[in-house]
Amino acid sequence: MAKDIVCGMEIDPLSPYKSTYREETFEFCSDGCKSKFDENPQKYVNGEPQKEATYQITAKGMEKIQLPIVDMNCASCAVTIEKEIRKLPGIQKAVVNGATEKAYVEFDRSETSVTQIIGAIKKSGYKAGYATLRLGIGGMHCNSCVSKIEGELNKTSGVLSASIDLGAEVALIKYLPSEVDMPAIRNIIERLGYRTYESSGSTALPENGEKTDNQETKSQTKENPVDENQLAHEQEYKSLMRKFVFSAVVAVPVLIFSYPGLLGIAEGSVLLQWIQISMGIVTLPVMFWAGSHFYTGAWAAFKNRSANMHTLITLGVTAAWLYSTVAVLFPQIFPTEDLADIFYDVAAVVITLVNLGMAMEIRAKGRSSEAIKKLMGLQAKTARVLRNGKEMDIPVEEVVLDDVIIVRPGEKIPVDGEIVEGSSAIDESMITGESIPVEKSKGDEVIGATINKTGSFKFRATKVGKDTALSQIVQMVEEAQSSKPPIQRIVDKVSEYFVPTVMIIAIASFVIWYLIGPAPVLIYALIVAVTVLVIACPCALGLATPISLMVGVGKGAENGILIRSGEALETAQKLDTIVLDKTGTITEGQPSLTDVITTDGFNDEELMAWSASVERASEHPLGEAIIKGAEDRGITLFDPKNFNAVPGHGVEADVDGRKILLGNIKMMLDNNIDAGRLQDESVTLADDGKTPMFVAVDGRAAGIVAVADTVKPDSKEAIAQLKKMGLEVVMITGDNKRTADAIARQVGVDRVMAEVLPEDKAMNVQKLQNEGKRVAMVGDGINDAPALAQADIGLAIGTGTDVAIEAADITLIKGSLKGVVLAIQLSKATMKNIKQNLFGAFAYNTAGIPVAAGILYPFFGILLSPLIAAAAMAFSSVTVVTNANRLRKFQPKFTTKS
Amino acid sequence: MTPDELIVLIGGILLIALVVWYFWLSGSEGTRIKSGAGGIQEALIKVKGGYSPNIVVVEAGKPVRLNFLREETAACSEQVVFPDFGKQATLTPHKTISVEFTPDSPGEYEFQCAMGMLRGKLIVE
Repeated sequence: MAKDIVCGMEIDPLSPYKSTYREETFEFCSDGCKSKFDENPQKYVNGEPQKEATYQITAKGMEKIQLPIVDMNCASCAVTIEKEIRKLPGIQKAVVNGATEKAYVEFDRSETSVTQIIGAIKKSGYKAGYATLRLGIGGMHCNSCVSKIEGELNKTSGVLSASIDLGAEVALIKYLPSEVDMPAIRNIIERLGYRTYESSGSTALPENGEKTDNQETKSQTKENPVDENQLAHEQEYKSLMRKFVFSAVVAVPVLIFSYPGLLGIAEGSVLLQWIQISMGIVTLPVMFWAGSHFYTGAWAAFKNRSANMHTLITLGVTAAWLYSTVAVLFPQIFPTEDLADIFYDVAAVVITLVNLGMAMEIRAKGRSSEAIKKLMGLQAKTARVLRNGKEMDIPVEEVVLDDVIIVRPGEKIPVDGEIVEGSSAIDESMITGESIPVEKSKGDEVIGATINKTGSFKFRATKVGKDTALSQIVQMVEEAQSSKPPIQRIVDKVSEYFVPTVMIIAIASFVIWYLIGPAPVLIYALIVAVTVLVIACPCALGLATPISLMVGVGKGAENGILIRSGEALETAQKLDTIVLDKTGTITEGQPSLTDVITTDGFNDEELMAWSASVERASEHPLGEAIIKGAEDRGITLFDPKNFNAVPGHGVEADVDGRKILLGNIKMMLDNNIDAGRLQDESVTLADDGKTPMFVAVDGRAAGIVAVADTVKPDSKEAIAQLKKMGLEVVMITGDNKRTADAIARQVGVDRVMAEVLPEDKAMNVQKLQNEGKRVAMVGDGINDAPALAQADIGLAIGTGTDVAIEAADITLIKGSLKGVVLAIQLSKATMKNIKQNLFGAFAYNTAGIPVAAGILYPFFGILLSPLIAAAAMAFSSVTVVTNANRLRKFQPKFTTKS
Repeated sequence: MTPDELIVLIGGILLIALVVWYFWLSGSEGTRIKSGAGGIQEALIKVKGGYSPNIVVVEAGKPVRLNFLREETAACSEQVVFPDFGKQATLTPHKTISVEFTPDSPGEYEFQCAMGMLRGKLIVE
């Protein structure tokens, strides 16, 4: 009987479905299993899927290629990709497996190329996974060298394409990492007699965008999307500055000549008319080149039946220019001469100032997003992995699960993992915000992007790519920055109606001034309408919340605090009560040896050595604490003999020729041992929340060892600070009341909910909520998930590399309770900043627009110049961004007195 | 009231009426895209002073991919945000940037730029 290697079914040896792999015939129950096997035989033969692309030539002269596909998130995408590939000529077979995320293609190389297949995958909306290598090449003199190297590389199997930029002396090579690696490629080039050197490292998949090879070479250094956006910002800034300089150069003389009286030019002179005509002409390029973005922006918005800042500027500027031009060319159509005034200066100055304002805004915004840029920049570029017993440097994108990675002192840890050999102090400040390096050894978790300080170690990759803590952090921060705090919903409603409303106010002001204003009515009406259009600043309003949120959330990430959403931020600053889980939150969550008490004739060391030795045979967590306590004090342990565990009482064994008993008072009584004064000691210890264990040696009470879950060093300070901030602090625990009270006394918690079953924690949170309080729950995120979800704000604490805890609104990467204080303070600071911004923007608009409309004129004779309005408008949004950037200086406040 | 005053008054009122009608009452005429029945529901949205189309109709429970192509460099439209789905994307100018998610329940969901000046709607049926 043969066995189907795919589905495991026993099959008749005469199965019609057969396949040969590595000279071995496999039989299958059905065609389905056969084709599954054909796609990836290695998976079934070796029991593990091949992780990267493979490449081989079949007997028929057809080439087989397996291409990993990036970002395939649904099985149905497979059909789309397959269809697109099959459109190519010379394709024999194209199968895309949604589960393994691979395209399996058999094709004729004379008819189609791998690049075309990759192109087809791209066309269907996906990216093929291949690595891109940028390699500097020295010693090339001419184009023939280029074609020689390119030809040689393109012949190499596994190299998808190679293109060389002679000017930059750089080769851009796309390759399948499984087939060929960087050393091999370098070797090929060096064999031809050229030198190679690494050029800004190798960048890897995915490659996106529709660029020609040539452009790609040039923009390769900017492959990183962050850099590309930064580049776009830089370009936009430069373009705005160019436009600003040009418009300023024009605006200054236009402004001066707008007051001909000051220059001694007579009103109505021919000279003045010519000057005015030239002013009108030079203002045109200011409007249509330096101000072109206002026109295109306004038009695009208009087509979408919406209006924005560009619409307002365009309307104001155009109205001013048209009126002036009519006044210059046809002064006779105006009933009185003073109506034929000109406002070219308004057009030029408004564009100049707003351009400057926008440029400054871009600069300031660049600083606002620094935090996330810094996070993304933390990613290591390469990793030194151990494969087939050899050390090799590979791009970090090529690291796969279970790779063993070697990290030397001073190096960045490339991905998340678990130490398998060696130990070191690791600086995790970039992820957790904790500035003191953490000692780690075998079995400890390491986080990618942190820096190894002192020792060398090897670790096994447990999370790579999108799953690493860093990637999750970046994603969470981005998500939070895109979310809206409830306060923004009101703003959204306002900004939806804002611009058309301003247009209506401008029209209404024009009409009112025309009807009841002072003479010359037309001039006043026009000035007022233009000023209203120009002073209104929808940008300041729209920017107020998102920009502060961006800085606040980014600041949190810098300190190891991940805020899930704007809503969480807004709620976190309105809390009344903080519920702290005891175990793992206030305390370390692991018992440790706290007290050793001896009777006459025994010393501490002996007692610890004996009791720890007995516990070596047990697997009790309390026992581990005793062993660790003894080892930390450098005590040598013995091998226990005749070990016996007495359930509910304790353990006994022979150690170093003595009979040792370790257990509770019952164990002592059962063995007729008089505990004497130790009994009183044990009561005191228990009152302090510790677990005492009696030790008897050869039938005589020798002492007590006590273990307890110790309080984290800064819990007390953090709790004091929380209370100082006016919050009620409650401790919740499943422990008995005595232990709970003891811990509560130590850290200064007043209200204790003890003996709460894990499943009832959520209910207790709800009880507090029923008291009308807004409650935050702080817990470990795993056992406390329901309670975290029930609370108004759930804070998951000390999660290491698992940062994306579903139930938590805020994740604290570091274990310290101080993070809770920090999170609340940061929320308060951010919300305050948002409110300042919103108040500023609302106040500016609600005061500015009526003043611009001339509401003060009847009382004080005050009328705003459109030039002042332009300046105010240009700098209102810069002010908002600058105010948000103040948050970058946020520092947690811990008052020293507690 | 002189004739010119009358003209300005009536003209002003008409203009206001026009603004109200055009921006608020006429209803957006964004092209509706009914995405393919099987597989991923995909639409290309151009970003230039607004989103066109600005109404996308999709089916619930199936993955949606909206490809944004930003054809301007003005900073306003740099980000597109889907607050209901917690998604955002930074739109690199002149590049197609995709936003993917699966809307589970029918309803109308807004998407917009970071500042809320540009708006679009995703109708899930």
